[in-house]
Amino acid sequence: MIFRDLGQLLILFWRTLQALPLLWRHRRKVAEQFFEIGNASLLMVCILSLFIGGVLALETGPVMVERGLSNFLGGIVGLAVCRQLAPALMAVLIAGRIGSAMAAEIGSMAVYQEIDALRTMNINPTHYLVLPRLVAISIALPMLLIFADLVGWLGGAMVCATNQQIAIGFNSFFTNLREVVEVQDIVHGLIKSFAFAIAIGTVSCHQGLKTIGGPRGIGRSVTKAVVNSIIMILVLDYFLTHLLVQLEK
Amino acid sequence: MNAANHQSVRVEVRSLRKSFGDQEVLHGVSFNVEPGEIFVLMGPSGSGKSVLLKHIIGLEEPDAGEILIEGQPAHSAAVRDKFRMAMVFQSGALLNSLTVGENVGLYLAEHQLKSPAEIDRVVAEKLELVGLKGAEQKIPGELSGGMKKRVAIARALVIEPQLILYDEPTSELDPLMAITIGEEILSLKARTRATSIVVTHDRDLAFGVADRVALIAEGNILLVGTPAEVKKSTHPLIQKFLTADFKPKQEPT
Repeated sequence: MIFRDLGQLLILFWRTLQALPLLWRHRRKVAEQFFEIGNASLLMVCILSLFIGGVLALETGPVMVERGLSNFLGGIVGLAVCRQLAPALMAVLIAGRIGSAMAAEIGSMAVYQEIDALRTMNINPTHYLVLPRLVAISIALPMLLIFADLVGWLGGAMVCATNQQIAIGFNSFFTNLREVVEVQDIVHGLIKSFAFAIAIGTVSCHQGLKTIGGPRGIGRSVTKAVVNSIIMILVLDYFLTHLLVQLEK
Repeated sequence: MNAANHQSVRVEVRSLRKSFGDQEVLHGVSFNVEPGEIFVLMGPSGSGKSVLLKHIIGLEEPDAGEILIEGQPAHSAAVRDKFRMAMVFQSGALLNSLTVGENVGLYLAEHQLKSPAEIDRVVAEKLELVGLKGAEQKIPGELSGGMKKRVAIARALVIEPQLILYDEPTSELDPLMAITIGEEILSLKARTRATSIVVTHDRDLAFGVADRVALIAEGNILLVGTPAEVKKSTHPLIQKFLTADFKPKQEPT
């Protein structure tokens, strides 16, 4: 069952890659999907990442201050946010917010024969439905990650500045952050986020396309899309981190 | 694409078998549809009519047997590229995220066959043909069942099909709308000379539009013939299907 699904996922991804030369023809649909993802997620991304940075500072700050390591707090928060927390948690958020919507929309089209109608018109559903969504999410998620990094760092800095146990000013927080966080750390997160976006888009579109059985079937597909996407994100996260760390050495 | 270069196609169904799980729904069905004729597949609900139609348009692949369109397998990509085929689904199957105009012009837009201005003109023309002039900006959710079917017919017309399949075109429609749809099927044939296959359990529609009728029950073809031949059949199942009428039971006094 798992291997069959994985096989189908890879085939769908491969067919979408093969359709990339048709991207210009579908540019309007890519733009529509891109703005939909951005509009639906930007505010939530900002709120979530503000609190991620804040909680991270709150958890680590007092311990580090106690051990005389307060000068490193900006770097710790900066690295953790951009290399791990923001990419993974933003991907989980997007899987729940956008992956579920993709699976529901395509699933509904499958149940109500809209996809059959496309096929009878010799319109390939992979080109018409999957390609624009996959390209849009692959661009949108890394872009959202940049916002998430910036707002996450801001959240960490705000907590450090306002919490009396930590009491580190904005300037010293960001000075240390600039010393520790390098461009390659941000790129590390962006690469992960791009891979997560592909996983979310492929899993969600695949679940949508194979939906059968009416409204209950749509509900099942949405649940599977979100759960499978999150599993894929976490598994990919481990292997990608391992690979990227090796490459950085 | 105009009426002059329309060449209707011949459809051959040979010993077609299809099962879903343990249940075989088509038990070796065979028949031919001649170019340009209206062929009606009639039978009770659950007899395998719609499954058969999905095989002909290439949405399903047979377990055994074959369907040939001008001698080529129906589910092959070559057939779809070579022949223009369209299907009017029972529900209309309009894309709910698009407007009526976008639905009707979808084939032309996606295959980049005409400029946007020309597509608008063709869409307006086809919508007028099915009595929905000016409905371009409506969304499918705003339409009644009959209007959705007429939009689906307009969408099929845009393709200028050589083979057009109708799945229960009059189901859920009032009698007047059913007559309009029947007339539309006939006028489409007159205009385009396309081969038409109509699946229905509506006896009035079947005998009103058909050149030939096939009776299908429990996945078997019982009889193929002209409407007059079918009406004369003495097969008990066919007679039962053709003469069934609702008569309220008398209350005992």
